[in-house]
Amino acid sequence: MDLRDDTAEAAFRAELRSWLDTNLPEDRRGWRGGEQRFGDEFGRQWSHKLHEAGYAGLTWPKEYGGAGAPYSFQAIFYEEMARVQAPAHVGVIGLGMAGPTIMAHGSDAQKRDHLARILSADEIWCQGFSEPDAGSDLAAARTRAERRGEVYVVNGQKVWSSFAHIADFCILVTQEFPDRPRYKNLTYLLVDMHSPGVEVRPLRQITGEAEFNEIFFTDVEVPVSNRLGEEGEGWQVAMTTLLHERATLGFALTAALEIGVNRLLETAREHANGDDGTRERVAAEWIELQALRYTNYRALGTYQHTGVPGPEGSAIKLRWSEQNQRLTKLGRELLGPEGIVDDGWWQYQQLRSRGNTIEAGSSEVLRNIVAERVLGLPRSR
Amino acid sequence: MDFALNDVQRQLQREVRGFLAANYPLDRDWDAPQDDRWQELAELGWLGGADLTFVEETLLFEETGYALYPGPFLGTVGFALPSLGDVDREAVAAGEMKWSAESRGLVPWLDSVDMVVDSDGHAQPARGEMLASVDPSRPLGRLERTNGTPLPGPRYDARSRAAMAAEAVGVAQRALELGVEYANTREQFGKKIGVYQAVSHELANTYTDIELARSLTYWAAWCVAEADEQAAIAAAAAKAFASEAAVAACERSIQVHGGIGFTWEHPLHRFYKRALWLEGFGKRPSELRAEIADALLGIAVTA
Repeated sequence: MDLRDDTAEAAFRAELRSWLDTNLPEDRRGWRGGEQRFGDEFGRQWSHKLHEAGYAGLTWPKEYGGAGAPYSFQAIFYEEMARVQAPAHVGVIGLGMAGPTIMAHGSDAQKRDHLARILSADEIWCQGFSEPDAGSDLAAARTRAERRGEVYVVNGQKVWSSFAHIADFCILVTQEFPDRPRYKNLTYLLVDMHSPGVEVRPLRQITGEAEFNEIFFTDVEVPVSNRLGEEGEGWQVAMTTLLHERATLGFALTAALEIGVNRLLETAREHANGDDGTRERVAAEWIELQALRYTNYRALGTYQHTGVPGPEGSAIKLRWSEQNQRLTKLGRELLGPEGIVDDGWWQYQQLRSRGNTIEAGSSEVLRNIVAERVLGLPRSR
Repeated sequence: MDFALNDVQRQLQREVRGFLAANYPLDRDWDAPQDDRWQELAELGWLGGADLTFVEETLLFEETGYALYPGPFLGTVGFALPSLGDVDREAVAAGEMKWSAESRGLVPWLDSVDMVVDSDGHAQPARGEMLASVDPSRPLGRLERTNGTPLPGPRYDARSRAAMAAEAVGVAQRALELGVEYANTREQFGKKIGVYQAVSHELANTYTDIELARSLTYWAAWCVAEADEQAAIAAAAAKAFASEAAVAACERSIQVHGGIGFTWEHPLHRFYKRALWLEGFGKRPSELRAEIADALLGIAVTA
């Protein structure tokens, strides 16, 4: 056990820090609201730059164009990006979800066609999993894929899809065999978002901005060669995607939370000096942040030893989302009577945080995962 | 950057778990006097003989909490050891001397140790009046003060707090396991009660509490072992979080057990009382958070 960087990690951190100092424009540091994070021109350019400097796909194997670095480098990357509040690579879904799933299940042609372009941000990806009637219950997806010769014809609707309005491709879970049993009825497709019949509509959320989208598919033709995995095995492929979503998520979440906790400390220094109860609650949020940070490190240890993310990821996501809600509420409370003035930060953060316990696995589903897969309790469904 | 336990540490964990499980099983006669097997601890090297780092000692405290080990191991190794000089350390390592330490007027194991590190960092013979402890397996007394003998080493709060946090993690882990086992066997309305999310989600909450508590505890342990500048704040955070997590874990487990969890016969109340003791000895969680707030925000100025 050693919490210090080893020589290689320290060198990587120093190099990244100086690269960020040189390359990140001053006016692009600091907080960005959801909408601005998603796809302005700077986002693409910034992502190209990250790629050219070798910071995209740090943990991807070298044969696929990645850096083949240990997972600790990815953790350092998130920490340093958060330290200067740098915008993320716009290809997060490609890098964290589509890419690893293609590596695990893709054909040689699929790997060749997509992996390098994901790294360079020449292809932006979005995720087509949730539907109006299939949120937590992914196996109930109704978006239909009908095989006609060498194409699938896709009809249906997906929702809560970030980046869809700028995406080039979509990882899409479809219902191919409605008559087969659950978990054997789905087919996983890689869909070109520029195909005829794909329509994207922004979905305005409680913050007032449109960070997510609805995607409508009307007779969209998808070549059979764009199927990932076997027909009817979409569920298994989708599980790979979600595993990777949670594996890489922890450090990114904690990095974002650190920005929130630092802001909370600033607000508290200005507003909560004499109030012991409030000071204690601020300290509790700082403690919980450290707890999540070191739980990430412990999970990283497991990941580095086994190569498979453990179920700790579910616990981290669960606690992170609840903490973010508590902390943003406290931030506003600290402002006292001014708390009902939209200050542009706590207002946005508090409203946005309500989505945290719903997106990327609702808290109810995550508690089921912990209860059933970690604790070995009987299945509740 | 490597926060995983190494093979030697995992092996140590298994050894301690095995030793304590064999000697302090759940179905022991709890109300009878307990043998602390002190000489065996000395022979195993756990009293200083094996030159364990504090990270490794922390793994031992986690297990003494998990098994509800009755002797003054925490007092001797967790609280007193850093204050002692070489001669006393050798006596401790040989199993010839038991120690405790005073905090805020209270001394644990006052009736079963030889010497006490008092709140001024002086050595005192263990004499005084015994009190009723919230945890009868962890007795408390008030020291009858003499002038005392100065000790060479410092009183080290961070170390004591990290050690208590580790015990609390062990207690919470055991309470969780008992709850899970019960939810997997007890049937009502024709189903195992673990099927009901009102039951299973409470146990899931305990699991996430424990994971976070363990992370803080290992962080604090590493900081103490390496004399890192964050040792004080990390240990305060660990003790505050882990002791509250242990209390909550026991309370949820009692609830999951229903009526049987409320009986004297079931061992759960023993774990609950240990959790309450750990929460209260030294500084309570709210006081520790106030200490952390002072460090983060500057000392409060009351208007």
